Amino acid sequence: MSKYEPDERGYWGEFGGRFVPETLVAPLDELTAGYFALRSDEEFNREFNYYLRDFAGRPTPLYFAERLTEKLGGARIFLKREDLTHTGAHKINNAIGQILLARRMGKTRIIAETGAGQHGVATATVCARFGLECVIYMGTEDIRRQELNVFRMRMLGAEVRGVDSGSRTLKDAINESLRDWVTNVSNTYYLLGSALGPHPYPLMVRDFQSVIGREAREQFLAREGSLPDALVACVGGGSNAIGLFHAFLEDNVRMIGVEAGGSGDELGMHAARFAAGGHIGILQGTKSYVLQDAAGQVAATHSISAGLDYASIGPEHSYLRSIGRVEYASASDDEAFAAFKELSATEGIIPALETAHGIAHAIRIAPTLPREATMIVNLSGRGDKDLMSVAEYENGRAER
Amino acid sequence: MNRIASKFAELHSAGRKGFIPFVSAGDPNLDTSLEIVLALADLGADIIELGVPFSDPMADGPTIQASSMRALANGVRLEDVIEMSRRFREKSDVPIVLFSYLNPLHRYGLERLARHAAAAGIDGVLVTDAVDEEAAEIGSLLRANGLDLISLIAPTTSDERLAKIAANASGFLYAVSRAGVTGARSETSSSAEELVRRSRKFTDLPVAVGFGISTRQQIEEVWEYADAAVVGSAIVAEIERSIPLGNVPERIRTFVGSLLPEVANAGTEN
Repeated sequence: MSKYEPDERGYWGEFGGRFVPETLVAPLDELTAGYFALRSDEEFNREFNYYLRDFAGRPTPLYFAERLTEKLGGARIFLKREDLTHTGAHKINNAIGQILLARRMGKTRIIAETGAGQHGVATATVCARFGLECVIYMGTEDIRRQELNVFRMRMLGAEVRGVDSGSRTLKDAINESLRDWVTNVSNTYYLLGSALGPHPYPLMVRDFQSVIGREAREQFLAREGSLPDALVACVGGGSNAIGLFHAFLEDNVRMIGVEAGGSGDELGMHAARFAAGGHIGILQGTKSYVLQDAAGQVAATHSISAGLDYASIGPEHSYLRSIGRVEYASASDDEAFAAFKELSATEGIIPALETAHGIAHAIRIAPTLPREATMIVNLSGRGDKDLMSVAEYENGRAER
Repeated sequence: MNRIASKFAELHSAGRKGFIPFVSAGDPNLDTSLEIVLALADLGADIIELGVPFSDPMADGPTIQASSMRALANGVRLEDVIEMSRRFREKSDVPIVLFSYLNPLHRYGLERLARHAAAAGIDGVLVTDAVDEEAAEIGSLLRANGLDLISLIAPTTSDERLAKIAANASGFLYAVSRAGVTGARSETSSSAEELVRRSRKFTDLPVAVGFGISTRQQIEEVWEYADAAVVGSAIVAEIERSIPLGNVPERIRTFVGSLLPEVANAGTEN
């Protein structure tokens, strides 16, 4: 078995596992059995691929960012255009996979957490498509900064429940989703949106997102006759990054995950789990790096982007870092904001603020690399949802 | 025989059932919290469950979430909870079980926790999010220091799992009365009795029932089929109501006394 596959308890090395209230063990066992029965089932994969193609609009293009490349004067930058999927972000890949699984498991009620709202929109979309009840938990701080997505979810028929506990962001929305699930286990399917949480979610979400890297690898090979030198993707929970990286893990390709550097290095000012303040811990069902204080209380986080504003990171990323397979860097709010504007103005593509962190790192390293070098940046989502936040940030900076 | 085993042996020979109150340690502050648990011991609590405050209590309902946040706002850490237990132990022999999520324990260091907890006179630890498969390390460290790892069982736990959990368990089993988070309910789910009956096939350990037990009638119902009843959110909610009124320990004494009049009468013998 590949060293990139978790063991049967969902561990990659020392990371992963299943840390949940006892009540959730049975539904997680049911989910694991259900998923493994379908993982290599031809009919299921045919159905999954059908919806990826005809509903989500795959394959997405691999686009050469010619003007950005010229402007930076270094490595050639390619963009994997997940922003062009239906609903505008990679989240739809996982939502389709899991909704098909939920249907086969006979679940009638779907719940999900959302940070930036992209996973909430994707979940509300597939629930509308299949006529299933849908409840989305979202922190009230995120509701404020991602108002447009809240409106989209409601338009799609989902009930959006604001979560007012803790920092009122993604982490608190996951807590509330887990509380709902533990209370309504018999009819409810928890459609978790990132490569996080208890086994089998990190594996299952990775599998459903790995279509990104499979396509990109094939597209790049067909176009260039070789593999790219580097891959870059932003990392919140880490599903778009692992989705791009997975197909390249056995190749000689450098990979860089970019965390949210926020507005400073102090604990509470950022969401860079691999920076100081990040320690191995247990949060929301999985063992991974967690931003926490010396007493083991989970730290507040900050990022300009709601989707990266999370205190932990998917366990597979912690593992890939521990074995030296993937490098991790961070981009600050200011850098992401600059990259957001740069890609918009140079390529005519407005990226999500999450994605802009990956772009920021590409802008940072491309000029240091030779012109014959190549890199693929995962353009994980589009930025329409962020225009209000960006305007607010710009005004805030003007006032500072 | 440790204090938990002695307590259940004592209850058994007296033909009595146990009352296990839960409070979040350090709510509303450490000194008051100590006075509250001493009052509970004085009222006849058979075991005391002390909640270790955590920032992300995913298995708890709003009442215990709020109490955890009050304690955290006061800066209460695991080492403070251990110290509070030590001060309690100077004055009472009632067994103490820490009720915690894994992360604060993990950060403290599991081996260090086991040693310090034993030295402070803590008798057991229950870890909400460390299910059987993930509990081997903490379980063996606690046992090596003479402490019990209290295992949870739930209505969704299969017989096969019950057998496995029971084989690794010590002290007592904590049966979650129904699927859900902590919080007072007016009725106890019938699934609790079924769960306790199923667990008897696999173990002779005492079984306590908790989650949602908030009235005297519910306690009596649980005593019909289980060895002890855990009351958490109802007491924690009374602490919350009492804070603005002052004299919290006396108010808790009155409240719990009304919940358990016969225990109150038996009180001072502890």
